[in-house]
Amino acid sequence: MKLLEYEGKDIFEKYNIPLLKRFGVVRIGDSAESVKLGDCGPWVVKAQVLAGGRGKAGGVKIAKTRDEAYTHIKNMLGMKIVTHQTSGTALTVEEVLVESACEIEREIYLSVVLDRKEAAPVIIASAQGGVSIEELARTKPELIVRTPVDPLAGLMDFQARELAFALKIPKKNLRDFTELAKTITRIFMEVDASLVEINPLVITKDGRLLAIDAKIVTDDNALFRHKDLAAKPDHETSEIEKEAKEIGINYIGLDGNIGCMVNGAGLAMATLDTVKLAGGNAANFLDVGGGANVEQVTKAFQIILKDAKVKAILVNIFGGIMKCDNIAAGIVEATKKLKLNVPLVIRLEGTNVKEGKAILKDSGIKLDTADSLWEAAQKAVAAVARGEGRGERGEGAERGNSLP
Amino acid sequence: MSILLNKDSKIIVHGLTGAQGSFHAQQCMDYGSRIVAGVTPGKGGDRHLEVPVFDTAAYAVKTTGADTSLIFVPPPFAADSILEAAYAGIKVIICITEGIPVLDMVRVKKHLKRLASEGCPVTLVGPNCPGVITPGECKAGIMPGYIHKKGGIGVVSRSGTLTYEAVWQLTNSGLGQSTVIGIGGDPVQGMNFVDTLKLFKEDRETRAVVMIGEIGGSAEEDAARFISEHMTKPVFAFVAGKTAPPGRRMGHAGAIVEGNSGTHASKVKALKKAGVCVVENLSHIGGTAAAKLKPKVKAGKK
Repeated sequence: MKLLEYEGKDIFEKYNIPLLKRFGVVRIGDSAESVKLGDCGPWVVKAQVLAGGRGKAGGVKIAKTRDEAYTHIKNMLGMKIVTHQTSGTALTVEEVLVESACEIEREIYLSVVLDRKEAAPVIIASAQGGVSIEELARTKPELIVRTPVDPLAGLMDFQARELAFALKIPKKNLRDFTELAKTITRIFMEVDASLVEINPLVITKDGRLLAIDAKIVTDDNALFRHKDLAAKPDHETSEIEKEAKEIGINYIGLDGNIGCMVNGAGLAMATLDTVKLAGGNAANFLDVGGGANVEQVTKAFQIILKDAKVKAILVNIFGGIMKCDNIAAGIVEATKKLKLNVPLVIRLEGTNVKEGKAILKDSGIKLDTADSLWEAAQKAVAAVARGEGRGERGEGAERGNSLP
Repeated sequence: MSILLNKDSKIIVHGLTGAQGSFHAQQCMDYGSRIVAGVTPGKGGDRHLEVPVFDTAAYAVKTTGADTSLIFVPPPFAADSILEAAYAGIKVIICITEGIPVLDMVRVKKHLKRLASEGCPVTLVGPNCPGVITPGECKAGIMPGYIHKKGGIGVVSRSGTLTYEAVWQLTNSGLGQSTVIGIGGDPVQGMNFVDTLKLFKEDRETRAVVMIGEIGGSAEEDAARFISEHMTKPVFAFVAGKTAPPGRRMGHAGAIVEGNSGTHASKVKALKKAGVCVVENLSHIGGTAAAKLKPKVKAGKK
């Protein structure tokens, strides 16, 4: 789960990481004046969105006067932001954070991430902060410092010192820096993070070391031991994805028009690839899980159909422990219950496949079966091309109903 | 021969008395696997599925001489079960559990490294995997046994049902399998592709390898490097996730493309460069392998 800047800073505050004074968070629908701005500025108004590069996109504004600050808050709420990290789509600003501004002398990049290959946390840092680290890794990799962290011992003092010298931290801030480096490593371990990033970590003109930004990504698998995090809203998951998750279905919405229902994450991914290879585009990733029953199949269909773009559904099940005849029965029941009105292509394979196919055949439901995933994908693409989808049908039905 | 498991493997099941553990242990027994005991703290002294249950792995190992662990323990306790098995002297640990926190696995890996450096190497398969099967001899996992056939293809994969798909195609194309290993879909795991390729390379029964990768991480790129430098047997591969959008976690915690690393394109390029036959269309993996291997296999048999 990705945390917004202010949520990350709430955690930083608990660990005594030095931060700028925060005046508050204003949500869409709140009046801008609801935030108390204290005695004197300048202030900075920051869009709370889950994407780096928001500064360039107008998501960070400095205000010298109160009026200016309130104007920025009003303008920023509801604003659409597109950055290099939003993959082309626009994020709507629903919350802004207001804090005091500072004069920056130097910007440093500091983060702790998981090194998959070493199976250990690693500190990634650069004396050149404030910029995109991906960009820096590409253009000036020599400026990036890596410090591996022992997962059982944490960051050791000498490592923190080595890091400080490598980043040319002024003597005056040495102790603060080593403390901070050790603390964010501890945060990483204690909140079960996969990323803790401060970009930038700054040294101000008046010589203070401050974390200006906070980015924390946590491990969903560890939420069972972080009740506070588990209670937070997940800003990245859509309503429909959340609904799916609650019943043990893994769903991710995509741009295409062929709805997919598959058992197993790897096979589901490969199904999307096969649809593409056949000339179509999948509307979703959907893994019904290993032990899907009639109820889950029905729910899965309901979820797929909530996406108005869906013009055909492809079901790809490799029955292992999950028996094909059970799945077939589930499909028949779900189809009847939901009065499914899009073409349905089903590929069943594995345990009790003969019985499963017989159930589908005897049901009298209009559906297409396929013996391989490739055949199924081609049939689904062809069905969409023929325009049998509900868009056309639905409109036809409406027209029919409107006749006297 | 085969790798990791054979008909003599003696298996203890952690979480034997739970619903998942009971069901799958029974399936493994029906396949012919030698499940010798279960481990469930607090249920020591009971019998379940006609085998004894022990409170601790150490006692189970001491009493039964088991060398393999199969773990079905829920995520909050699974990492501890892996360590319990490792410190009890188990040599091959297969962890099926899905949803173990990544940092738990980070700690586990550190302990396993320590054990290896002290002369007690342990092989961990998984977590979040379907397990391991040596067709006709031993099954330790949740895969449907009947889709497999004894033969000369080693199969290694990061995914469950995707493995079944590949195995079923191989079996239908007349190609049996030496051992099929699901290494799992988590970012931090036990064996990786390179570790399995090393074993398949040395295994006399394995003539060729089918490798099923997916987006995320750099395991496929590492495998490509190993293959180009050391692999002496033909390798066929499929990489899932070509059309997955960046930044989204596709079911498996490991299947996520971050920045420019772990993309489908980089993996396919590296594998092709290493001489691997990469199949674009999953439905063709069995047929492709059969077309390239069958004449050779037949010649070998004569």
